[in-house]
Amino acid sequence: MAPLAETTQKKKFIPPGIIQTLFHYLTMVVMSFLLFAFILLVIGKNPIQSYRGIFSSTLGSLYGLSELVVAMTPILLTGLAVAIPSRIMLINVGAEGQLYIGAAFATWGALNFSSLPAGLLIPLMMLLGILGGALWAFIPAYLKSIGLVNETITSLLMNSIAPKVIGFLVFGFWHSAMDTNKTARFVPAARLPTFFDTRVSLGVVFGLVLLIIFWLFMKTSRWGLEMKAIGGNPQASLRNGIPLKVYTIIVFCTGGAVAGLAGMVQASGYYGLMLTNFSIGWGFMGFLISWLVAGDPFGIILMSFIISLIFSGGNLLQITSGVPYSIINILLALTLFVVLAKPSIIRGKKS
Amino acid sequence: MTILSFLGILSSAIFSGTSLLYTALGEVIHERTGMVNLGLEGVLLVSAASGFAATVQTGNPYLGVLVAMIAGALVNLIFGFLVITRKANQLASGLALMFFSFGLSALIGNPYVGKSIHALPRFEFPGLSNLSTLYSSLFRFDLLIFLAIPAALLVWWLLYKTKWGLGARAVGENADITYASGRNPRLIQYQALFLGGMLAGLGAAHIAIAYAMNWTEYMTGGRGFIAVALVIFSRWHPLRAIVGALLFSASVAVQLVLQNSGINISPFLLECVPYIVTILVLIGWGGHRKQAAPASLGRVYQGSK
Repeated sequence: MAPLAETTQKKKFIPPGIIQTLFHYLTMVVMSFLLFAFILLVIGKNPIQSYRGIFSSTLGSLYGLSELVVAMTPILLTGLAVAIPSRIMLINVGAEGQLYIGAAFATWGALNFSSLPAGLLIPLMMLLGILGGALWAFIPAYLKSIGLVNETITSLLMNSIAPKVIGFLVFGFWHSAMDTNKTARFVPAARLPTFFDTRVSLGVVFGLVLLIIFWLFMKTSRWGLEMKAIGGNPQASLRNGIPLKVYTIIVFCTGGAVAGLAGMVQASGYYGLMLTNFSIGWGFMGFLISWLVAGDPFGIILMSFIISLIFSGGNLLQITSGVPYSIINILLALTLFVVLAKPSIIRGKKS
Repeated sequence: MTILSFLGILSSAIFSGTSLLYTALGEVIHERTGMVNLGLEGVLLVSAASGFAATVQTGNPYLGVLVAMIAGALVNLIFGFLVITRKANQLASGLALMFFSFGLSALIGNPYVGKSIHALPRFEFPGLSNLSTLYSSLFRFDLLIFLAIPAALLVWWLLYKTKWGLGARAVGENADITYASGRNPRLIQYQALFLGGMLAGLGAAHIAIAYAMNWTEYMTGGRGFIAVALVIFSRWHPLRAIVGALLFSASVAVQLVLQNSGINISPFLLECVPYIVTILVLIGWGGHRKQAAPASLGRVYQGSK
């Protein structure tokens, strides 16, 4: 009896192999594409042609591929920003706001220290972005750690505040002579270097490296183990001498810091300036991605890839064949719906 | 401040607060049955687009309101399928619904950009006919405004005075016990979503057909999220939501008056105030919050076998 129980226990905790995971996600993507084909038919577009367009425009050309990586960059980071706190059962819905504030801090650096050489200015902006995101996350984290307010609610509410703070700063102080809703272009020293002649910036390297560090950290370090313990049973870990409050604050703020870095990357690498309403839901998308793959670092990379494929493919498709841009959001959401609904084909067994 | 400018604030607070109130009432019903619907922003957009489109097509604003209500209820049922039947995470499902609705609402609404409609007709507030037109014109409201507070009362009655409401609130506290008492928690949650979607649809209809009288993408401007904040602010109570909705929208209206009178406060900062107040209110309750919030809020009902 005992060995049997042990093996079932073990089976449960063996992570699914890479091939199996890939197969699962591919099945889901195929399902959502079928659903979407139906919608395309309804609005009178040829689904096969549209899909050929999406794939050939992204995976079929170097330019398309580079645009895909550009779209991946911010959501890799915001996905991680949600995944880190989720390991100790903290729900960070606030990546959107943290991203805004991180970008604002970095912008302040870019505008005020524009005479510095790139070798100093870029690291300074990164630090500022990290600081901004962490500070914005500190409020919900602190309120949670003293047991006062749930971090989900506060971080969500603060998402609505952050863009208005940016609006205030850009509109009131930072705007260029030409526009009221954006700053002047950053000096070249404040721009993240890009690869070759594409728009792919160093930010994607930050994302990938941080995800790998996170994976190693959780797997090998003592703190990773303690985080696992907190995630499993906070009360028990508290009694075992793990400082729960300290972990709550540090881990949540680390999440915020990564989202802040994402803001810096987008301001410095993607736009090269700061503008009001500058995020198109990157923080929310990061939440979704992280949640769909249960905070798994490699899952985040894979899911970001799939979502960016749809997003940038749809973007290019709209230009070339007149499919309305809005339906890209529908395809994106259908993919998310299918993953959320976990159809029984994918799970392999019926519940 | 003159009386006229005060009345001006009140009037514009009522106009912009109505949609917030309807939406918040819908969310009160969802959250009372244990569901946080972050997709509300999307529900509003789809309802506004379909309501506006229907008004252009038929020329009848009341028909547009009806279509908006039905659209809101149907979109909410997608959310219901994910979180009730498929037991998916509520926050993630809500956000996915939001992205879906960004697309769907643009698909429905964009052919109608720039079209003009017969807006909902406005009626004079009874008893004000002897005032000068300067004053009484501030208080010419459409039907949806007149019905907003009765709607809040109705939701209150439904939740607190009917058998269904007792069951609904019980689901939000503990679905298993509700099941044991012979009710069907899943059915109640679906009903709550349908009803809440219709209320959000009314809110959206007020934005598109009575207030803005047009359709633009993302026109609801975060009202869905404000409504979620409002529900927390009003401690999950439909009547307190009336006060909350007025306060939220008045803070925007005050800014207009301040600008007129030469005091220069950034509108962006004033728009932050309601959220900061909500956070402060949450902090103020501290431990008492547990008594106000439905105990199973956000939890997935796993069913009983």
